[in-house]
Amino acid sequence: MSNSFLIQGGTLANGKKSDLLIKNGLIAEIGDKLVNADAVTVQAQGCVILPGLVDLHTHLREPGREDSETVLSGSRAAAKGGYVAVSAMANTSPVADTAGVVEQVWRLGQDAGLVDVFPIGAVTQGLQGLALSEMGAMAHSQAAVRIFSDDGNCVADPLVMRRALEYVKQFGGVIAQHAQDPRLTNGAQMNEGDVSSRLGLKGWPAVAEEAIIARDVLLTEHVDSRLHVCHVTTAGGVEIIRWAKARGINVTAEVTPHHLLLTDESASTYDPIYKVNPPLRTEKDVMALRQGLADGTIDIVATDHAPHPSEAKECEWQEAAFGMLGLETALAIVNKTMVQTGLLDWSGVAQRMSISPARIGGYSEHGQELSVGAPAHLTVINPTLTTRVDRDLVASKSRNTPFHGVELPGVVVATFFKGEPTFLDQRVRGVKA
Amino acid sequence: MKHLLSISDLSKSEAINILNTATEIARVSDGPMKKLPTLRGRTIVNLFAEDSTRTRISFEAAAKRLSADVINFSAKGSSVSKGESLKDTAQTLQAMGADAVIIRHSASGAAARLADLQWMSGSVVNAGDGTHEHPSQALLDAFTIRKHLGKGQDDLAGLRVAIVGDVLHSRVARSNVLLLTKLGAHVTLVAPPTLLPVGVTTWPVTVSYELDEVLPQVDVVMMLRIQLERMTDLFFPNAREYSRYFGLSLERLRTLKPTAIVMHPGPMNRGLEITADAADSARSVIVEQVSNGVSVRMAILYILLAGSQEGISL
Repeated sequence: MSNSFLIQGGTLANGKKSDLLIKNGLIAEIGDKLVNADAVTVQAQGCVILPGLVDLHTHLREPGREDSETVLSGSRAAAKGGYVAVSAMANTSPVADTAGVVEQVWRLGQDAGLVDVFPIGAVTQGLQGLALSEMGAMAHSQAAVRIFSDDGNCVADPLVMRRALEYVKQFGGVIAQHAQDPRLTNGAQMNEGDVSSRLGLKGWPAVAEEAIIARDVLLTEHVDSRLHVCHVTTAGGVEIIRWAKARGINVTAEVTPHHLLLTDESASTYDPIYKVNPPLRTEKDVMALRQGLADGTIDIVATDHAPHPSEAKECEWQEAAFGMLGLETALAIVNKTMVQTGLLDWSGVAQRMSISPARIGGYSEHGQELSVGAPAHLTVINPTLTTRVDRDLVASKSRNTPFHGVELPGVVVATFFKGEPTFLDQRVRGVKA
Repeated sequence: MKHLLSISDLSKSEAINILNTATEIARVSDGPMKKLPTLRGRTIVNLFAEDSTRTRISFEAAAKRLSADVINFSAKGSSVSKGESLKDTAQTLQAMGADAVIIRHSASGAAARLADLQWMSGSVVNAGDGTHEHPSQALLDAFTIRKHLGKGQDDLAGLRVAIVGDVLHSRVARSNVLLLTKLGAHVTLVAPPTLLPVGVTTWPVTVSYELDEVLPQVDVVMMLRIQLERMTDLFFPNAREYSRYFGLSLERLRTLKPTAIVMHPGPMNRGLEITADAADSARSVIVEQVSNGVSVRMAILYILLAGSQEGISL
């Protein structure tokens, strides 16, 4: 396999039309009408070239639920979606709450070799919310964990949250909070509002999310630490984060692609493909999330890619698992909801899907502007081509995409990881193969 | 009409057609030949994944009076309680050749899932799904109201109905709000704020917290069952306080119009949402609701399985 690639005719995120030469894992040249006889040519007319996408919120399910996803299958889905780095959530079995587990996940990622897999460590032992996990050992392990999260569960106890925020300061860590007051959401199934009252499904009030965000930004200010709010879903949550940032609190926030597009009306069919935690909200919330992402209140898009086997979704709504696939459709949905609506340009997309997530996670090899000498992690997207999502053709091991049969604008043409194509000519390639 | 999943799937004329068919059926059932040959050779399954003796018996009686073969598939000791999935159960029923499945289930939307996923080809009748809907109950309630207060017209225009109690968790209330308003009645929901859904402001109803103000104005008062477990979830302080403000006592009964009727979908908690003397008073049509239930369910099965297009030929 050649290790030189010449990407011809594309447009960089800043709008400049440029060819780009990749050599020995690095960006060797950027300029007009580049020629290189040894390089494999990739035609990118009409395409946008972004710094490789970085996901801060990915459920890879390994160890424990290899029936729904593995580090390898999740890496393939990531490469297909234009990602070069993902962050493996800690709610595996066993939970990633020790150096041993995070090192195992890290190594599986290295072995798969398609993206960098950065493990996220659990904040509390077994995600139970009671006792802190050995965050220091995870930070100092080979996996060098910096993001800690009990995602799936909220760190609900205010004292535990305070201590966690304080403790991670010693190694520059950040607490990624799944904001959900458990008492206000006991048995909750979907957003509490007009639709839940009609469907007779137990409601999940917006305040259950907003109250935790409000508490946590104040705790973060008090102990002078760093907070990342996972998957914000409500207009009120956006308002609180906007207020906190204006006040100088060190908080960042993410939104998922599905919360930028879908609303709680989707639940009307009782098809649990739309069942997700946090739940889909209202049109007003969707608009506030888009606005928040556009103005920088929400820093990044994160997929919350959550694979589940079919039996977990082919059942009654209240019996079904929460979560949906995200990696393979994220960029197209951001194109549809943010770029085509005029809310973001491609440099804004690069910021929110690559540069800022890498900065928040401390992934120094990632999220760099495309420049000569930088590591060649990049994503080539044709934003005008459309594709119909087919759950039977996903790279993920699971099929629970809510977008099956939906026409989405924006096709990933190529993904380069460390200078090698991990996705090209419509197929995932193994770097080490 | 292929399924009966929600009142919202019915047009006003379809609802009236069911009520009129039930009226015809009731007339025949009052005669010497109770049993009709209409559904001979058809198989109807009662899939009851949640306890409900009265609804199951009512549907069973309805199916048998139409000469259908009835298979009862109840929760206790069945595969549903052993964790078999709804999909597997549906495929089993399909393999057994069920023409219709009457499903009672604790999950909201279970009937819709059964109908939508083409796990089986028969008709699905929702006999109560979680806290969503109970359409046959609403139809029998409308039938009962029309019989007593209908003034000869097809619909319920101009009538005022109060539905009192745990609206939040009540599938009976949801179906009745949809059906009674569709038929032209004005519905007032009376409950403590904790037992009203957050989205109730978008419903086509009036909401009141004052039972005593509402009672003198209505033609029908429908009391909902209140479950004692709700107390532990902090919906109200205790049974006594609930009864004091939202229970139907003899004193409150006396404030009703002379023509007003008292309804309850059953089973009643005597002494909690309704006192025994109110339940047994001359105003009460609660027992009659049960017998009307059979006629209305016969009409539903008849229209679903014998087809409504050829009209009624009894």
